[in-house]
Amino acid sequence: MSADLATYNFAYLDEQTKRMIRRAILKAIAIPGYQVPFASREMPMPYGWGTGGVQVTAAIIGPDDVLKVIDQGADDTTNAVSIRAFFQKVASVAVTTHTKDATIIQTRHRIPEQKLTEGQVLVYQVPIPEPLRFLEPRETETRKMHALEEYGLMHVKLYEDIAHNGRISKTYAYPVKVDGRYVMDPSPTPKFDNPKMHMSDALQLFGAGREKRIYAVPPHTEVVSLDFEDHPFEIQTFEQDCALCGAHGVYLDEVVLDDQGGRMFVCSDTDHCEDRRDHGHVGEMLAPNKEAAE
Amino acid sequence: MAVHAQALAGGFTDPVFQSQTIFKTLMDGMARPGTISSTELQAGQPEPLGNAAGAIALTLCDHDTPVWLSNGLAKSAMPEWIGFHTGAPITREKAQSSFAFIEAGTAPSSFGLFAAGTQEYPDRSTTLILEVAALGDGEQLSLTGPGILATKTVAVAGLPDMFGRLWDDNRALFPRGVDVILTAGAQFLCLPRTTRIAG
Repeated sequence: MSADLATYNFAYLDEQTKRMIRRAILKAIAIPGYQVPFASREMPMPYGWGTGGVQVTAAIIGPDDVLKVIDQGADDTTNAVSIRAFFQKVASVAVTTHTKDATIIQTRHRIPEQKLTEGQVLVYQVPIPEPLRFLEPRETETRKMHALEEYGLMHVKLYEDIAHNGRISKTYAYPVKVDGRYVMDPSPTPKFDNPKMHMSDALQLFGAGREKRIYAVPPHTEVVSLDFEDHPFEIQTFEQDCALCGAHGVYLDEVVLDDQGGRMFVCSDTDHCEDRRDHGHVGEMLAPNKEAAE
Repeated sequence: MAVHAQALAGGFTDPVFQSQTIFKTLMDGMARPGTISSTELQAGQPEPLGNAAGAIALTLCDHDTPVWLSNGLAKSAMPEWIGFHTGAPITREKAQSSFAFIEAGTAPSSFGLFAAGTQEYPDRSTTLILEVAALGDGEQLSLTGPGILATKTVAVAGLPDMFGRLWDDNRALFPRGVDVILTAGAQFLCLPRTTRIAG
């Protein structure tokens, strides 16, 4: 009975739209870091909810794919849950929360802690694709700057940061140069994740729905965070370990526990944290006593 | 005007999933230049177009993408076939084409007349689908560039003699330039403009 009812086309988008996005993706891969304009469609969710990433995922996904969606590293927050449910409904694809099982990982603002592998595609949701936008509001001018490889303005911005604060104060959406040519916005991922983009084994695709841009970083491609010789690029470090799994050297979220100043630090990557706990790692707050944490 | 019966033949039997399969292989191929992929899907394309080239046409072409055809293809049932199955207009102007299909044995003397995009919009460039005698056999090419860990060696038979020089010229235009997909029957490999070729 239900077979007779009208259903969505596979993965929601019509075939002509998919072809248009697919052509943009191929050109984006051929020109690493360059923003390809595309005719972004209205999606059944508001701009800012990852419509760019959703359109990229819809254009590449097939029935055999396994999809993982994360929002700030978490599989269980609103954005991740609703996008995962969307693709379960319109594409009937298998979904997972395990990084290693996924073939396509759509992400909002994090790169999984676990190293990505060759068969995987990481799809970023991007709010503002243009790294120069806050320095120069005119698209005609930023286009020209990219065309002429004129990135002096960005270096001035980073220099002014040092002059005012003694260090480069940008902690997320930290600009990178791709394959020695295009300066690119890695989307608002913490700069902690920038080194993971460099020479990654996985293909990285970026979709900005409202701004109508798609860009890409192919696997095994140089991605260098901008810096100065005397102020080299550094990632955040955390003094604490994860309170639940005891992980060190991962990106942590601070969670306020009460109004008495109580707080805890936990892995931002929920799958990584769960996996560690399944393997017997215990953090401070879950351990019966401190010794057991080791 | 008589329509070639061949023009109406072929096409994907399951367009949604078959074009997704071809695209996924193309995307992986573009992301890992020099990887030889092959397709078992039958596109039912007219001679002398190869099967992979036919499948790529069905996957990527539509009314938004003017297509340029080399002489042998232009005289075949190909213009009507591609028009019937994809709606893509045929153009005689290389510079206006989004895709250019070139049959085996006809060497383009230059890539210069194809669209290379502009410095501001280098994506507005032609993708050439160039049929060669064989992939995985013949002259050894050594590839480097984004998507390739260290070096990738691939063998191609029947590549036009001056391809190496044309490719160097193309590479020099970066970020402008054409992208090439080499096809041989059911096989294909991608050469995005970033790839460097050493003979």
